[in-house]
Amino acid sequence: MELDNAKKVLEVSHLKQYFNVGKRDEVRAVDDISFDIYEGETFGLVGESGSGKTTTGRAIIHLYRPTSGSIKFNGQEIIGMKDKQKMQQFRRDMQMIFQDPYASLNPRMKVKDIVAEGIDINHLAKNDADRSKQVADLLATVGLNRDHASRYPHEFSGGQRQRIGIARALAVQPKFIIADEPISALDVSIQAQVVNLLKKLQRERQLTFLFIAHDLSMVKYISDRIGVLHYGRMLEVGTSDEVYNHPLHDYTRSLLSAVPVPDPEYERTRTQIKYDPKYEDGSKKRELVEIVPHHYVQCSQDEIPMYQERAKSMGLSVK
Amino acid sequence: MQSKETILKVNHLKINFNTYAGTVKAIRDVSFDLKKGETLAIVGESGSGKTVTTRSIMGLLANNAVVEGGTIQFHDKDVLKMSQKQLEGLRGAKIAQIFQDPMTSLDPTMRIGRQIAEPLMIHKGVKKDKAMAQALEMMKLVGITDAENRINDYPHQFSGGMRQRIVIAIALINYPEILIADEPTTALDVTIQAQILNLMRELQDKISTSIIFITHDLGVVAGMADRVAVMYAGKIVEYGTVDEIFYNPKHPYTWGLLSSMPTLDTDSGELASIPGTPPDLLDPPKGDAFAARNPYALKIDTEQEPPFFKVSDTHYAATWLLHPDAPKVTPPDQIIQRQAKFAAMQKEAKQQHKIEEEEEQQ
Repeated sequence: MELDNAKKVLEVSHLKQYFNVGKRDEVRAVDDISFDIYEGETFGLVGESGSGKTTTGRAIIHLYRPTSGSIKFNGQEIIGMKDKQKMQQFRRDMQMIFQDPYASLNPRMKVKDIVAEGIDINHLAKNDADRSKQVADLLATVGLNRDHASRYPHEFSGGQRQRIGIARALAVQPKFIIADEPISALDVSIQAQVVNLLKKLQRERQLTFLFIAHDLSMVKYISDRIGVLHYGRMLEVGTSDEVYNHPLHDYTRSLLSAVPVPDPEYERTRTQIKYDPKYEDGSKKRELVEIVPHHYVQCSQDEIPMYQERAKSMGLSVK
Repeated sequence: MQSKETILKVNHLKINFNTYAGTVKAIRDVSFDLKKGETLAIVGESGSGKTVTTRSIMGLLANNAVVEGGTIQFHDKDVLKMSQKQLEGLRGAKIAQIFQDPMTSLDPTMRIGRQIAEPLMIHKGVKKDKAMAQALEMMKLVGITDAENRINDYPHQFSGGMRQRIVIAIALINYPEILIADEPTTALDVTIQAQILNLMRELQDKISTSIIFITHDLGVVAGMADRVAVMYAGKIVEYGTVDEIFYNPKHPYTWGLLSSMPTLDTDSGELASIPGTPPDLLDPPKGDAFAARNPYALKIDTEQEPPFFKVSDTHYAATWLLHPDAPKVTPPDQIIQRQAKFAAMQKEAKQQHKIEEEEEQQ
């Protein structure tokens, strides 16, 4: 993708999401992160548990009130938006697919009502027949059939439930979808089915994705660009090939070196890189700096030459 | 490599579960053996019967489970015929287990030193002081830092990775002959997972335990296993050494599993997925259970279950594709690449062998 001319759909700048502010157990779940997402791309957020990736997603879709910072969607500020109509439009444009297909569907609602809830709220159906038709079309889009509409969630397998969750997200014709670990609760053979479905939908409907996951090989596979989160801070951002093939930050390197690969010979010779989190003690002010074009690393001013050297030694052209 | 002594032999094991909906045929004729000091990985999707298999080895089956047939030979005894008392002497002493979730497999009200020492006191009758001293040694062995001060802490004071180390310490304190690890790292982050897997490899070298490693993560299998058994719908469909399974797989299900995982160097494009879902074991299909999802299925697959066909002395697969009369099929691209690697490795091994022989002759 041509990044220089791409349109920014989402601009997150200096987002902070703290919990229990001012109390002894204050948690800085997301601590001053900035990134942009371009139209039609998939942006992958990776990080270990507790790194703040889910919190970031939830703050963007306005499930939390961010402590400070700015989130712009199509140029409009979301934080503190007062206009009800605009808010409803935003909620329609941005949808979420959740991690746990068992917990995210109401067990007492039929599939057709789960899928059509957004249609009802936004008055998108002209009459009952139209509503049923829209539901049937949505189910067909995600690979289920129309008989499934009158069943309850417990009658479906994990992979099928995740398809229902995807149909629900698509019902209001969103432009942007946040997928929070959408496949980690599924079996390997089913994961590939769901990922292929998401890719197909993105192609057909020009969707933009924020894909949150801890499975690094799956994130690399699905994403155009990737951001690496650690302790609530963004340490590295770049195209997925760049981040995986030429990781610049030590944390990214250690994370990648820990990924098990289904290749016994590789595994026998693998060396794991250790990472010392003391590096991020906060004694220096660090910001994302563009080391290689479109490849950012969090560093302080005096660390820039070190990363530039590192990039050069990998044969990259330094910005 | 390992010595050849077989310590566990599972023969034609069949287990059903009686449920309100009917009889679930969870294990349908499973046989395998485990040799001293080796790691056998059992891979499969949820519901394929991996966990039920290992639970039957521990004598931990649920009340509604019925063992339809088969034997589990541990040394000279059949575990399935043991009394509760005999089983108690086995569990935690000769055979130990690490569970998936380190958060729920520890007692939240008991100090961890005591929890690690408990199996010693119960099985070996070791006095408390001595047992606690050994527990401390074990804590150091599994890499719990500052063990002297932490021995009296409670589980909630530890992180997930540390808790899994404690669970491993409890499992290994009696130096069991078999360690069953049921998805021991699934709940952990990749960096912590790598540490725990390294630890298990180190400890296995030190105390020469055999490990049965259950997982659905083929990446973990590639790094841990000496041999691999692939399970599908209550049966083993293919088994062999780790190289044979990863570089020369023969069963279409193994093909599907290997090619549906993106590796870090998979380029974009469609992921090869296995269509459909696993069969309902309330009413297993006639013939090969995988036939309905198998793009390579032959006519005979829907009528008759395939027997095991021999690929090498250590490698067997239950697919009709290996029958001499079966048509030749072309596996997925990723599998062809893997097979090319296998051929190269074998050639290299042969040359190595030749050189060694020549040197010997001289």
